[in-house]
Amino acid sequence: MQVKSQSFKENSKKALNDKTLQKALTKVRGNFINKRKKAVDELPEFDTLRDNARDIKNHTLDNLDLYLEEFEKKVVDQGGHVHWAQTASDARGQILDICRKANAKTVTKGKSMISEEIELNDFLEASGITPVETDLGEYIIQLRNEAPSHIIAPAVHLTMDQVREDFIKAHSHLPDDRLLEDPQSLLLEAREVLREKFMEADVGITGANFLVAETGTSVIVTNEGNGDLTQSLPRVHIVIASLEKLVPTLEDMSQIMRVLARSATGQKMSVYTTLSSGPKRKDDPDGPDEYHVILLDNGRTDMLGTEFQEMLRCIRCGACMNHCPVYQQVGGHAYGWVYPGPMGAVLTPNLIGVDKSGHLPNASTFCGRCEEVCPMRIPLPKMMRHWREREFEKHLTPPAQGRNLKLWLMLVKRPNLYRKVVRIASFGLRLFGFRKSRTGFLPMAGAWTKDRDMPTPEGKPFLSQYKGKQKIS
Amino acid sequence: MSKEPRVGLFVTCLVDLFRPSVGFAAVKLLEDAGCDVYVPITQTCCGQPAWNSGDKVDTAELAISVIKAFEEFDYIVAPSGSCAGMLKKHYPEVFANDPAWKERTEKFSEKCYELTSFLTDVMGVRKVWAEHSANVTYHDSCAGLRELKIKKQPRILLNSMKGINLSEMTDNETCCGFGGTFSVKYSDISNAIVTEKSGHIEDANVDLLLAGDMGCLMNMAGKLKRQGSKVEVRHVAEVLAGMTDKPPIGGKA
Repeated sequence: MQVKSQSFKENSKKALNDKTLQKALTKVRGNFINKRKKAVDELPEFDTLRDNARDIKNHTLDNLDLYLEEFEKKVVDQGGHVHWAQTASDARGQILDICRKANAKTVTKGKSMISEEIELNDFLEASGITPVETDLGEYIIQLRNEAPSHIIAPAVHLTMDQVREDFIKAHSHLPDDRLLEDPQSLLLEAREVLREKFMEADVGITGANFLVAETGTSVIVTNEGNGDLTQSLPRVHIVIASLEKLVPTLEDMSQIMRVLARSATGQKMSVYTTLSSGPKRKDDPDGPDEYHVILLDNGRTDMLGTEFQEMLRCIRCGACMNHCPVYQQVGGHAYGWVYPGPMGAVLTPNLIGVDKSGHLPNASTFCGRCEEVCPMRIPLPKMMRHWREREFEKHLTPPAQGRNLKLWLMLVKRPNLYRKVVRIASFGLRLFGFRKSRTGFLPMAGAWTKDRDMPTPEGKPFLSQYKGKQKIS
Repeated sequence: MSKEPRVGLFVTCLVDLFRPSVGFAAVKLLEDAGCDVYVPITQTCCGQPAWNSGDKVDTAELAISVIKAFEEFDYIVAPSGSCAGMLKKHYPEVFANDPAWKERTEKFSEKCYELTSFLTDVMGVRKVWAEHSANVTYHDSCAGLRELKIKKQPRILLNSMKGINLSEMTDNETCCGFGGTFSVKYSDISNAIVTEKSGHIEDANVDLLLAGDMGCLMNMAGKLKRQGSKVEVRHVAEVLAGMTDKPPIGGKA
């Protein structure tokens, strides 16, 4: 996936002018926010659970090496294979090897953001293997050759009309005049088409919401059941997961699960929670012959011990983006890479470099709502500010912004000069706002006055007027 | 030494330049509550623009001058959740790894408050005697709400007034899109956010929009006035102090 984060401004302008997208985005506000609030309000211990969830992940991250080794040992003991992938390219190579050995033509896939991160679909296709996304949202965007615009609702940027058109185009074996008038009929059609793919697939690839060290288990939570078919029908099951998905015990997992679905969709639990701990055993009625876990680092261990370590607590619920006023306006594609919204604004610079994604940590009002709703209590605004510090240190701040900052600093560090300049500025601005207390035009403030008036000062500056006490003496 | 708490008023740069009456209203409210009020004339800005631009060195320099000018007071009060949040929550972060300033900053920051929360939570004010006849709605500015937990304080004071009829708008806790330099750096997005906000303000069917932060107020007033809205905009302190003789922020329709 080409990184387009550098053109965040242009991307967002396009998004703001896209009427269909704007219509689709209203869903984010209505559905996710209200449902989460209801679910959270119903659970008095929600904040305590958040504290526990945070502590569990902190403990895991502080002892990551131990738990990774424990996890690997368990998986191997249970007949599975663990592959360590330092980079995206390592992971792709390992997956291709497994697919080639299995003589795979078709691969079904459960929803996985790691798969997006390592650009697996394009790679498999180029290698002659057909990947089929089986999560409905992922299936839709695969038909459209698009990236997900949301980490749990990949097609949230689309309206039903667009999906209907895509299905009519893609499912050309079905009659053109069939009725596809509601979400239900679209769902049934996708299910029908995908059912065959499930039966054909040689390999099933899923992500993981959790990896449990004590039992060597990978866990997925889904609402469609597609993940179960993906991992139980083909001969080979590959799990791709990044290192920080680890938790020590099943008890830890179930604690975090209590905040996950509530924060994501407002459900108490997702419809399916599926645990897999290895290949089919002798007496199992079904399951894969081979079970592989690809453990991807791709820059994450570099975050350990830095001011960004806490980001590794993220459980990908999407609450931060649902509640973000910027995401709500521009949607996920504007962010220009895999992870959008506040979590993306922190994670993306870690994974692809801040030089390529410098806009993301800057494109925030610091309203703090992401941190307020984050089930893992990740201080997202603080970490965006850390990126701004790194950018400032590396002189990546845009030149005009740097000049303005310098000019302003020159003033605010000199109180006497400052008061004189404020008096002059006040006078000048009042000329512009004469009688109306506002102006629709102001030199050098075009970015503001393009769409808003600028209120002008009501009179001389306060510090020039004030005659009262200044100091205790 | 007087028994009245000695309060240093941190005016904030936006109030100083754009809305001096908020400064005078703050002085009056604090004096009415029994405070001995001081305004150090050397104050400029809390340093937030530098802090949010990632410029830690200059932030620290500005913070030190604020601390030096204000640490002699029993309390430091600002008519802004955003600036008070900077003094109270972020200054300790600035000096977290600086042994020379850490303790001194923490001592200073503990004494910092936003105006309405200082009046209710510290001074125990439950009633203000000013009168103002209007249907009003209140926007919860982000920093005040989330960093300082200011929600009920301005409402307690407003509801104690004769003539004020307070009704809540949809999404009153959602950002107005100001975000300091965000409003000019990402002006298109900022405009989209404030356009949504102004819709909620209009839908609330009120005469007057109040909030506790000049940045947000100028942003919302700027949008409302551009749209030709009749809703007037004021800082909550002006109304609480009964100092509404000046035209509203951005003027009348």
